[in-house]
Formats: sequence, C-alpha cells, structure tokens
Amino acid sequence: MGNGYTSRKGEVVLRVEDLHKRYGREEVLKGVSFEVRRGETKVIIGPSGTGKSTLLRCITRLTEPDRGRIWLGDIEVTGRGVDLNRVRASIGFVFQDFNLFTHLTALDNVRIGLLKVKKLPKEKATEIALKQLEHVGLAHKADAYPAELSGGQQQRVAIARALAMEPKLILFDEPTSALDPELIGEVLDVMVALAKEGMTMVVVSHEMGFAGTVADEIIFMEGGVIVEQGPPDQLFRQPKHPRTAEFLHKITALYGETG
Amino acid sequence: MDLEGLLIIGRNLPLFLRATLLNLGLLAGLISLGFLVGIPIALLQVYGVRPLRVLASAWEGFFRGVPALVLLFLFFFGPAQFGVQLSAFTAAVLALGFRSSGYQSQIFRGAIQSIPRGQMLAARSIGMSRLQAIRWVILPQALRLAIPAWSNEFSSVIKDTTLAYAIGVNEVLRHVRYITDRYYELAMPAYLTVALIFLVLTYGGNWLLGRLERRLALPGFQMRGVETAH
Repeated sequence: MGNGYTSRKGEVVLRVEDLHKRYGREEVLKGVSFEVRRGETKVIIGPSGTGKSTLLRCITRLTEPDRGRIWLGDIEVTGRGVDLNRVRASIGFVFQDFNLFTHLTALDNVRIGLLKVKKLPKEKATEIALKQLEHVGLAHKADAYPAELSGGQQQRVAIARALAMEPKLILFDEPTSALDPELIGEVLDVMVALAKEGMTMVVVSHEMGFAGTVADEIIFMEGGVIVEQGPPDQLFRQPKHPRTAEFLHKITALYGETG
Repeated sequence: MDLEGLLIIGRNLPLFLRATLLNLGLLAGLISLGFLVGIPIALLQVYGVRPLRVLASAWEGFFRGVPALVLLFLFFFGPAQFGVQLSAFTAAVLALGFRSSGYQSQIFRGAIQSIPRGQMLAARSIGMSRLQAIRWVILPQALRLAIPAWSNEFSSVIKDTTLAYAIGVNEVLRHVRYITDRYYELAMPAYLTVALIFLVLTYGGNWLLGRLERRLALPGFQMRGVETAH
C-alpha cells in the first residue's frame, strides 16, 4: 500500500526549521520548527490568522517561504535546484474548499496526476484511481462530476486524489471547515482510518474530537509561532501555557468536548 | 426595380455564393490565426513575467486600436515597400487575423481569470508543472466559459471579411459591386442579397456554436436556457 503504512514513529519524514513568512508588513510565520515522523499524525490548532494555512503551503512551497529550511526525508525542499514538482507529487495536499477539478469526473480527478505527472499507462492509473475511490467509499461515484457530489463526497474524492499519488505524507488544511455539520463525520471517518493505517499526516483543524482521538501530538500555534506542543492528553488536560488553556477553553465552548 | 432586375440578381446568385466561399476561407484563416495567437497572448498577460506581459499587452493594444481598413492597407502595401508582395488574400488573413487575436486574447484572459485560484493550486499540489496545469486544468475550463463571448467575436469577424474588398480580394461584396456598377438601380436588391447571405451565415455559425456549448457543458458550468443540474 505504498509509503507510510508501516510502524508508527519511524524515521523523520518532514523537518521544518525556523520558517519565516511575511505578507507586506505583517510577519505571518515568525520562526516555526517541528518534525514529523513516519506514521505520525500531528494536528495543528490555533486561532485563525495565525499562519497555520500559510505554514502548510510553505511546506510544499505553494507559498514561497522567506526564510528557513524544509526537508522531506533527505531531500531539502528549500534547497537549490530541487525538483519541486517531484516533491509536490510525493506530498498530498487536501484543501479547505476541496479544489476538485470542475471539468473532470471523480475518477479523472484521481487519475489525472497518475497520467500526467507519474505518466502511468491508462489501465494502471485507472486501477489505482478506482482502488483509492473505493478506499474513501466512493467507487460508485466514479463517473460523477464535482458539482454532482456533496461537499463531504468532494472532500473524500480530494483525499483519494492525494492518496493515489502514494504520498510520503498528507497535509490537510482545515479539511472540514467548509462542510455542513452533518457532512463532517464522513470526512473525519476517512481521516481516522488513514491515521490508523499508519499514513503520515499533518492536519490543521478545529475538530478537537478528531485531534484527541488520532493525534500523536498537538501543536498549538498563535501569532506566527508554536506556543506549545505535546500529546493530546497533556495538552488538553494540563496545558503549560496560559494562552493554550485560554484557546482550548474558547474552542470547547464553540465546538463541544475535547478528547 | 423590375422583374428583369431580379432576374439579373438571380442569374448572378451562384457567382455571389461562390465568391462567398472566399469570405468563408478568409474567415477560417483569420479566426484560426486569431485563436492561435490570442491564446498565448492571454496566457502571457495572466502568467507571463513582466517584460512578456508588457509585450503581449502592446500587441493586443495595437491590433485593437487601429482601424481594420488601416490594418488591411498596412499589411497589403507595407511589405511591398520592402520587396515582399503578399497576395491580397494573405494580407487580409494576417491583418484581420492579428486584429482578431487582440480581441480573442481578451475573451480568453477574462475566462482564464474567472477560474478560481484553487484550481491552479490543486494542480500544482499534485506535482503538475505550470504548463501542465494550464493545459490540463485551466484551459479546458476556460475555453468552455469563453464560448458565449467568442461567438460574439465570430459574428463580428465573419462580416469583417467583406472589408478585404478594399484591397482587391474577390470576395462577395466585390462581385456585387460589379453588378451595381453596371446596373445602378439594382443597388438595393443586390446589397440586400449580401445582407441576407451574411444573416444566414452568422445565424448558422451561432447555432453551431450554441450546440458546441451545450455539448461541452458540464454539471456546475452555467449554460443558457437549459438547467444542467438534475
């Protein structure tokens, strides 16, 4: 089943070192560092506008960071002459608003990267794409266009699209924030299953239930820096930093119980 | 105008229609040229680095800013001064085709820019190069969206082919002039005949484009008069 499906806490898959990003006068990332090991799920939480999405985009340089270094395994993503398209092909990215290709069916959305980026033959690409659609429970929607799918289904196709590339890790940028409440569950179920299968994941999310269940570690970000990080039990029950406690208090009032 | 006059028109109708084929030839040449040049101009304006963007905009500005007749004269008489004699037909295709590229580029630019930014991001995120993303994700969507506006350009340039008359292309208007020069009193029915020919052609072309639009329509893309959701 590709990469990342073996033992938990393997070698370091992703290392981010002292990442900085500025938009005009505002410094959105002020030196962020962390590591993700194979099979780990890290959930990044924090108030909106604190650079969480920017951080994810900087990791694959969809947004160009100003300073800092990023490694994917032993490839330096921020290094000179790095083949960015190859790096991106091996890091899945799941967007808040799905971003399925509107003119393609679910099957073609999942298949197009295999055909055009990996240059697989059509039968092989179709086989993998159908398998991944089945993985997210949507094999029966293979011929549907995005506009014919619910938000939750679209996001599951987007996850299948990421999975099909056999990524070393998948970045999720608030994958359920654009969904109606009744559709959030089906997407989270898929993500929980992925985490259990040992997929390496970095998830920006406000879903504290999800974070509490599957995260190996939670990263609390505010004001462009990591304020605190640790396993969910510790972070939820005995946060070290008052800002963490305050945020958790607010978010619990909004979204319900943690853990 | 009497019966005899109408008979003269009637006798010449096959000739008019044959000459109209030349107009259609001009149309095919100029609109294809306009398409093939207009797409890269639009892409450069949206995605190009600054010098290329400026260059593309200069091209577009020039060909949209100069009267069609002046362009025809420039392309027909201009090269001759440097010892290159273009045929009237070639000069007309180039002049009107480049002119159309200016207009078409703006149709495509509008369509490309109306594609949500997330589409490009998603394409890049699975490892597509920018060119691949344009080819496989942006253009297939943008070209669909461009059809209604493009049908406007089609309706406009099909009639502009009669301007080639001014540099001596033997298109339909020129043949009608042969008749009206001899029979002044036939001006009205003769020009009405030309009008009718172009009405039919424009209507027919737009009907075909409408069919194309419906055929390529996708769920989620707006289409006139037909509900796509089911």
